[in-house]
Amino acid sequence: MAQHQVNYTQDGGLPVALTSIDKIVNWGRSNSLWALTYGLACCGIEMMASGASRYDFDRFGTIFRASPRQSEVMIVAGTLTKKHAEFIKRLYDQMAEPRWVISMGSCANTGGMFNTYATVQGVDRIIPVDLYLPGCAPRPETLQYAVMMLQKKIRSEKAGKSQRPKRLL
Amino acid sequence: MRAYKPKDDVQKKSYYTDRYWVAPQVPTSQVEDDAVFAADLAAIKAKFDVSEAYIQVEQMVVYIKPEDNYGVLELLRDELGYTQLSEMSAIDWIAKQGQFEIFYQMLSMSKRKRLRIKCFIDEKQAINSVSTLFRSADWSEREMYDMMGTIVNNHPYMKRILMPDDWEGHPLRKTYPLQGDEFAAWYEVDRIYGKEARDIIGPEIRDSAEVDRFDSKRFSRLGHEVPMGYDIKANGEPEKGLEYQEEGGVFMIEKFVEDDAVIIKDRKR
Repeated sequence: MAQHQVNYTQDGGLPVALTSIDKIVNWGRSNSLWALTYGLACCGIEMMASGASRYDFDRFGTIFRASPRQSEVMIVAGTLTKKHAEFIKRLYDQMAEPRWVISMGSCANTGGMFNTYATVQGVDRIIPVDLYLPGCAPRPETLQYAVMMLQKKIRSEKAGKSQRPKRLL
Repeated sequence: MRAYKPKDDVQKKSYYTDRYWVAPQVPTSQVEDDAVFAADLAAIKAKFDVSEAYIQVEQMVVYIKPEDNYGVLELLRDELGYTQLSEMSAIDWIAKQGQFEIFYQMLSMSKRKRLRIKCFIDEKQAINSVSTLFRSADWSEREMYDMMGTIVNNHPYMKRILMPDDWEGHPLRKTYPLQGDEFAAWYEVDRIYGKEARDIIGPEIRDSAEVDRFDSKRFSRLGHEVPMGYDIKANGEPEKGLEYQEEGGVFMIEKFVEDDAVIIKDRKR
């Protein structure tokens, strides 16, 4: 057999890959998690650093988008005030399903140190959250780890339409 | 519904204070000690009533009548060279004397002097706007109204500046609780989902250290995942944790199977 010819019978030579629909759909979903740019406070700086060249989110397929209609994951980075709460709900509703939410930092998780009248005590009072990321502020490595955990979570989910859309109410 | 707590005694201290403690006072001096300030005060006194005046930390403090505030600031700006209003706001003395203290911090670049005009107004009394004299007073007066609830007359756009327009209460008053009253506690829920959702979403968790491992709505459980809203206490949780490794491993890395693993006890083996 000539060298340039592909030996289809050898391992890895077959131009056929066997998989399940769930796996291939989740493979696609988990490796193109476009994130909504949502820097609300100092966590936003760490989120920007994660996107920049040193930590380079692009290699995970996570590209920040400035539109909720183009993004799959919303990284809530920072303090959510009560005045702003209705806008986070509106942006979440504008994202196409399936969609995920990472709550980044103490303020987004629980209100953090802002135990006051003007701060929402956790974004999970407004929108359903998939992953809580502790820290004040979390380092970019932590956000990378959170995105990897979210990828693993997505891979373990069913890809079919029977998946219940996540709603708080 | 939260238990209603009266809001008029939130300033009361529960800790011990020394009855004989006298707080250190910032020393004051006579206005006559400074020739520039003495001339300024004489110019103000020629036209307006001044109840008190002194110098503190090299700045003159002048107490005037609240209805004279526009006239005094106009005089200071146009004739005495105090061309900047660097700060203005109100101080809450309602618990002590039922009044707000309004202050205007003035700066003269030509004289290199700072001067403070002060006056007292009652809780419901309105004060004239000085935003036509100083543009900086526009937002300062809106903030003063937003935070303190002092009414300002003749302001071009008297609306809240920091809090939402439909907010109730004025947060910087001493009687306003730090963690918000009942309106504030439910504001975002009422606004987005309506009052019917209060029971479903529940009250705010103000203890930031609280973790409920049986709460499958708010806490995502890595490793032992259950569907959202699953009742863990009643139905139990999965005994074995989820494995996030790819089935069959990835390139060059085999999947770790816990049952096949051997724990080596003899380290020298």
